[in-house]
Amino acid sequence: MAARAIWKGVLHFGSHELPVKLYSAVEEHGVHFRLLHERSKQPVRQQLVDPSNDEVVEYADVQRGYAIPEGFVVLQKEELDSLAPQASRDIEVERFVSTQKLGPEWLVRPYYLGPDGESESYFALAQALDESDEEGVAHWVMRGKEYSGVLRAIDGYLMLITLRHADEVIKRDELPKPQGRAHSEKELKMAEQLIAAYEDAFDPEQYKDEYRERVLEFVTQKAKGKKPRLKKPVEKREPDKLADALEKSLAGLRKAKADKTDSKKSESKKQAPHKASPRKERHVA
Amino acid sequence: MPRSSKKGQPPAEADLDENGEPRGTRSFWSGTISFGLVTIPVELYSATRTTRSSLRMLAPSGSPVSRRYFNDQGKVIAGDELARGYEIDKGDYVLVTDDELDSLAPEQSRDIDLSRFVDRAAIPPLFFERAYILAPAGKSNVAYRLLAATLERANKAGIASFIMRGKQYAVAIVAEDGLLRAETLRFADELRTPDAVGLPKHEEPSAAKVKAMRGAIDRAKKTTVPDKELADTYWQRLEALVETKQKKKEDIVTPEPVEGDDDNLAEVIDLVAILKRSLGQKGGGQASADDDEASPKKAAAPRAKPAKKAAAKKAPAKKSSVKKPAKKPATKRQAAAS
Repeated sequence: MAARAIWKGVLHFGSHELPVKLYSAVEEHGVHFRLLHERSKQPVRQQLVDPSNDEVVEYADVQRGYAIPEGFVVLQKEELDSLAPQASRDIEVERFVSTQKLGPEWLVRPYYLGPDGESESYFALAQALDESDEEGVAHWVMRGKEYSGVLRAIDGYLMLITLRHADEVIKRDELPKPQGRAHSEKELKMAEQLIAAYEDAFDPEQYKDEYRERVLEFVTQKAKGKKPRLKKPVEKREPDKLADALEKSLAGLRKAKADKTDSKKSESKKQAPHKASPRKERHVA
Repeated sequence: MPRSSKKGQPPAEADLDENGEPRGTRSFWSGTISFGLVTIPVELYSATRTTRSSLRMLAPSGSPVSRRYFNDQGKVIAGDELARGYEIDKGDYVLVTDDELDSLAPEQSRDIDLSRFVDRAAIPPLFFERAYILAPAGKSNVAYRLLAATLERANKAGIASFIMRGKQYAVAIVAEDGLLRAETLRFADELRTPDAVGLPKHEEPSAAKVKAMRGAIDRAKKTTVPDKELADTYWQRLEALVETKQKKKEDIVTPEPVEGDDDNLAEVIDLVAILKRSLGQKGGGQASADDDEASPKKAAAPRAKPAKKAAAKKAPAKKSSVKKPAKKPATKRQAAAS
């Protein structure tokens, strides 16, 4: 079933105009809990209260205050309204930068763009972005709020991923580099080998929210009056010395590989990292 | 609940801002990263910070509002009378305790076990959910730096899944400038495909059109994005208004401090200072020269302006994120992605 567009706008870049529709790319799943009164097992209601007199404050009567040393500066509703940006349908892109420029720490939420009308320009822009490995830095106003985002091509389609404000992101140069003794050639080499041994393609289907499934299963069982068995978390063992750990890991890996090629030469490499994990040995040992 | 840093204490409610997002004032997860048999104790910090925390909700009297829980008879329910429930049928709830939820966490996922390494660039950006910085937590940072150096050199990301604060995460561990970062990833079933959204089938654009687009991109190509372009202009306007009103001494309220109002106890701590300390001290003997500077200080919110006791509480709770201010007053369960 096709999703409904949540907003329509017009992309502006250079002398080009491209009408687009915006769709949420995210569809969240989760286990939803309610806060209950333990005794009655009935949901409780959260309300705002004035702590100076314990009276309930209706949301409509809440004022906004900006904290200052002597208390708050109260901002009236009309004043806040006057700060809102002007409504507009324009998505302005005035700058394109390398897709490497803004790291994941800037990204908030992805949206698909779809063509609103003629689609050739849409796919042409997607292809041009993809080939140039650039992304546009876009600004727009949506539902009374200002947004910045990056305009990216992903799998031949255009996306807008909203961005954080500059002062929300801890900049790379604000943080020191951890210092310490230099690594030996041997350590570096072994670490490299270890990483190379576990190299694989990015396959998002491999990561499932199993915990959520377990929680759902648990509450279903509990509701039926069953007392599901609970496992004790295992204690971690003391870590080895770095070089020893690396060496053992690689040895375990080589052994696993040898075992595997012995038993089944043609096996697909896909399951290798998991099944042949040297971690397994740790649990046995 | 997975280990949290402060001596087994769960992270404080004050770690979450109005949107239920971590404030990033302290480490709210500590555990180990492992690859092969190498284990690296780490602490996890938010790579972003809240900047709008000085805006509060006030009652007509001028006091910052508190949140209380009421039953259907309008009676106040104390924190230790609250429980978490899952609605199994309409109006019928199953109680679920913290301990039960903890025990459901798959044992291995309490740690970040890197069993797969991929090209960094192979992770499409729509997967990135939240960004964290990992600081070495053990006595030694040798293994930490080794993993960082190796990942950075090979331009790889280690992929794993782990449990944090009652929710399972897929995570990409990447390295930059010697620092390890953890980027939580959305699960594949949380992302729509172009097909599911109903976008039109891909069509081949004419070479001339692509060239025209490419020209427009190239002409507007820049090497950087100045901070100014990503400034929070709404907040700038708001702070300008506050300043004007402050000068005119207009609409200033000074509420009486209320006993037991935890709002005023919340300290806003400078995240960068904490990280500096955390990263600097584990320097294998090379204590940082700016130790004085690196000690954590109470900062007047990131914006330096007036807001000393500014620590906005969460906005009205969304149904999906239920907290339990009971015996463990700070536990925040977010099994639900809100």
